Amino acid sequence: MSEAIKAINLTKAFGKFVAVDHINFEVKEGEIFGFLGPNGAGKSTTIKMLTTVLKPTEGTAIVNGYDIIKEPTKVRNSIGVVPQEFTADEDLTGWENIMLMAGLYGIKKDVAKERAKELLDMVELTQAMNRKVQTYSGGMRRRLEMAMSLISRPKILFLDEPTLGLDAQTRSAIWDYIMKLKKEYGMTIFVTTHYLEEADLYADRIAIIDHGKILAIGSPKELKESVGGDVITLSTSNDDKAMKLLQNLDGIIDIKKVDNMLRIKVKDGEEMAPKILERLIKSGVKVLKMSITEPTMDEVYMEYTGRKMRDEEADSKEVFALRRTLRRARG
Amino acid sequence: MVEEIQKREEVDRSPLHGLWTLTNRELKKWYKAPVILLLSIIQPIFWIALFGKAMNLQTLFSGTNLSIPGLNIPKDIIDKIGQEILKQTFGITDYFSYLAAGMLSFITLFTSMQSGMSMVWDRRLGVLDRLLTTPISRSNIIISKVLSSVIRSLVQATIVLIVAVLLGMSFYPGINIFDFLGAYAALFLMSFGLSSLFLMVAIRASSWESQMAVMNLLNLPLLFTSNAFYPVNSMPSWLKPIAEINPLTYSNAIIRGMLLGIQTNITIDFIYLAVFATVLSIVGIILSWKYISS
Repeated sequence: MSEAIKAINLTKAFGKFVAVDHINFEVKEGEIFGFLGPNGAGKSTTIKMLTTVLKPTEGTAIVNGYDIIKEPTKVRNSIGVVPQEFTADEDLTGWENIMLMAGLYGIKKDVAKERAKELLDMVELTQAMNRKVQTYSGGMRRRLEMAMSLISRPKILFLDEPTLGLDAQTRSAIWDYIMKLKKEYGMTIFVTTHYLEEADLYADRIAIIDHGKILAIGSPKELKESVGGDVITLSTSNDDKAMKLLQNLDGIIDIKKVDNMLRIKVKDGEEMAPKILERLIKSGVKVLKMSITEPTMDEVYMEYTGRKMRDEEADSKEVFALRRTLRRARG
Repeated sequence: MVEEIQKREEVDRSPLHGLWTLTNRELKKWYKAPVILLLSIIQPIFWIALFGKAMNLQTLFSGTNLSIPGLNIPKDIIDKIGQEILKQTFGITDYFSYLAAGMLSFITLFTSMQSGMSMVWDRRLGVLDRLLTTPISRSNIIISKVLSSVIRSLVQATIVLIVAVLLGMSFYPGINIFDFLGAYAALFLMSFGLSSLFLMVAIRASSWESQMAVMNLLNLPLLFTSNAFYPVNSMPSWLKPIAEINPLTYSNAIIRGMLLGIQTNITIDFIYLAVFATVLSIVGIILSWKYISS
């Protein structure tokens, strides 16, 4: 398999603020590549550079074999983009919106009509295609946006937060369509999200980005393994004593006190739990609660970024756009 | 290879592709919302119907019962003097027609000024970002907005013209189709230049408030520093040079020359407007290449 996307020292600075900082990654042909990070991490800026909307300050990227700086038109011809905002024209019908996109790609009318029918069928909007977009629900709109982006039969589809502001059921439906695209058309899909579970569940590979830097890349499994084994969480009658007792026990990788609980990282949780219990009980420390968890994307995220997924720090413009998208999604 | 050939047949990659698609998108929003269309022509119609009819200098200077004590001047002489004053000032005795011709430029100015607003909204709603990812050329995005603005302006001007005729505007005897074409050519050039100018102002803006502020700052000054209401000759000396660079002055002159038969140097007028439109649209397109995305 060859690379569909290759970013080389890709950088974007807005004045002194470096939104994307010398990132390097490769996306293989036909895979779903998840770009995971909090709001303001540089996800959208990266997508905008890869889709030739923004010019990089430094570095470049090769998309479908074309350089985004030297051959932007060729890049545009070979990609489809589903932006974060709803961009369909509300005053036009779903059908008219798709045909408008076809016109922008210069697709002949008869060819476009055929494709539009097929696409509307795929996203199950055939019934609603002659209705004005303002009557659509959030999920319908997102599906329409996807159909609009697929009219040119792109080799790579970029989706910027495709499930933002949608309810859980609609979110999984959107992912079903994305999976279908990969399966049926072998399309390469680059998707940004800040939902950890989604990235874990659907992406072939994930890049974690924060403050404009890529912190880790790999399949969800690889990332989880890289964090280390399982985590045993303990609540005891004397945490400090327990910590001292367990420090030199074989098989324990790390031990930390977090929120009045002992968070113990071990290679194999099921094997270690009885040993830990035994040692504590022998020394007279009562164990009040105990749980064993396999690493989740949350753990991975915490490990690499040093904190929980943050939701703040979006600038006012972003918040405005987000609110508007949410409002339309609900309406 | 086969795929390549197939693709070529399915896809139009001429430099102008998508231009009409985008222009039509802008126009659709407008003709699908007749209320907005109606609202936007109400203002110039008020000007014509109220201002034009009430401030009718023609009735001021003729048909009055003016008599100066001590002097026994016959009424027809007073009328004659009035007519001559009108003729010397405006080039025509029919002030209402003079004003109505100015209103055509006025509505064109106001409609063209709004060209930037759709740019602001497209940027704000994210539509622009999507357009920028399609293979349509950057300049076509700008040209489509200029074109739709020009088409809208000309349609609005036509409506105003019809209303003006209904209210009593009269053309010079012997008017022919070429006179109308000439008048429209002038409106076209002015609208093309002004639409480009206001798009340029909006090219980086994402707030419609600032765009509105610029529009409000410029519309009345542009109107009152032109010959829309009164001829340049009657202006104070400091205002004359401003009026003489105002494109409205030239389009008014052409329209009045074409429709009312008022003497003007039509070649110079046209050259000025053509240069105005060409320079602004070229600068607009170059700037759009540079600044439409950062």
